[in-house]
Amino acid sequence: MQDSNLSNIEKISKSSRSFQEPPLGGRGAFLLHLADNSLILAQRNSEWCGHGPVLEQDIAITNISLDLLGQARNLYQYAAEIIGNGSTEDSLCFLRGEREFKNCLLVEQPNGDWGKTILRQCFFSVYQSLLYGQLQFSKDDTIAAIAAKAIKEVTYHVRWSSEWVIRLGDGTRESHKRMLQALDELWPFTGELFLPAGYESEKITGVDLTALQANWLHQIENILEEATLWKPGFGADVFMQSGGKTGLHSEHMGYILTELQYMQRAYPNSEW
Amino acid sequence: MAILHNNFSDSATAHEKAVAAIWNILEEVCDPEIPVLSIIDLGIVRDVVLSSSFNKNGEGVVVITPTYSGCPAMDVINMDIRLKLLEHGYKNIKVNTVLSPAWTTDWMSDAGKEKLKAYGISPPNPTQIVCDTKLFAELEAIQCPRCNSYSTKLISQFGSTPCKSLYQCRQCDEPFDYFKCY
Repeated sequence: MQDSNLSNIEKISKSSRSFQEPPLGGRGAFLLHLADNSLILAQRNSEWCGHGPVLEQDIAITNISLDLLGQARNLYQYAAEIIGNGSTEDSLCFLRGEREFKNCLLVEQPNGDWGKTILRQCFFSVYQSLLYGQLQFSKDDTIAAIAAKAIKEVTYHVRWSSEWVIRLGDGTRESHKRMLQALDELWPFTGELFLPAGYESEKITGVDLTALQANWLHQIENILEEATLWKPGFGADVFMQSGGKTGLHSEHMGYILTELQYMQRAYPNSEW
Repeated sequence: MAILHNNFSDSATAHEKAVAAIWNILEEVCDPEIPVLSIIDLGIVRDVVLSSSFNKNGEGVVVITPTYSGCPAMDVINMDIRLKLLEHGYKNIKVNTVLSPAWTTDWMSDAGKEKLKAYGISPPNPTQIVCDTKLFAELEAIQCPRCNSYSTKLISQFGSTPCKSLYQCRQCDEPFDYFKCY
């Protein structure tokens, strides 16, 4: 009995150690990037479960969390197929280290107050809706199917989060102040969304990130204007954080993974 | 596809009858969250494929599609299908999940819509008005499943499950779920 347990642990620690980074530039890496974005934001949003400002909005943010988790699962399943090497959706989610995660820095930022969570969601959902809008026509049938499925959900996220940004920005003096603070804190993480990593070249993804950026900026500026918030600069002269897409994460990432991966790390191979 | 099992005639081949028998069994599998709806009513069974010389030990596949990417009911539905088929003696039928084409409320049967309303959930509007990104847009009129009034208001786009939103009736004050168009 003990022997078999031991060999299981060995197997799993071996497989996690020998996990092979897909070659940069591959579809596998791109899929992991998309999946990691959705997973980490789902994890962040789920921290609100039971803590939302009102019941209906608590339900809304956790619903969004669930949608993102579902998208992440679809993407991990396909990534596992492409990466092979014995990987599964679970091993990709629970047994990779911090440096192997390719999510952008925006999604790992702490929730802060409700305003910051809403603004982060708005930035990400608008980006995701434009991205999936292109990916649904991908030459890769599976990516196209996942994107076409997800885009219906993301449309609800865009609408919900943008309306809340406007409501809070153009709300009370207090809510306006908090939205300004949130904008200040989150804006430096938006540039990375459009800074292509090696695996994001148009040849692999079929997505034109430059065009995406122009559309994103246009949509976000309209929302911020309606919300009576300032229009931040976006260009070469504005400092933007980056690194998440290639595994260089902020100080928050380790804590997220510690919580997310605890069960599999503590009890390898445990099943629900 | 879903229509096949309802109107096969005497001239149907043995194979067609075998497929129809499976469809009939699937009618007994219900959505775990909305137990009045069968998975056929919901439109999530997309296909039943059986090997050409099919008997109860033969191989086959039931193809289903999720309503939402993260719908937690899918794993349960998958298991319920296999259990129900086992109960009827089918041992070698697999369940496959496909994503494309993406599920839509259009695939919900009329019978399903009636059952939903009787259960207290407002069914998706017959004219599909799917969510778009136009902010604060005028929303479609949703009928209260209890008093039939169209004077209702949206409380939240997100309800007790991913497929529903939350409304309240202005006439009878009752809060209710609306199975949103998708």
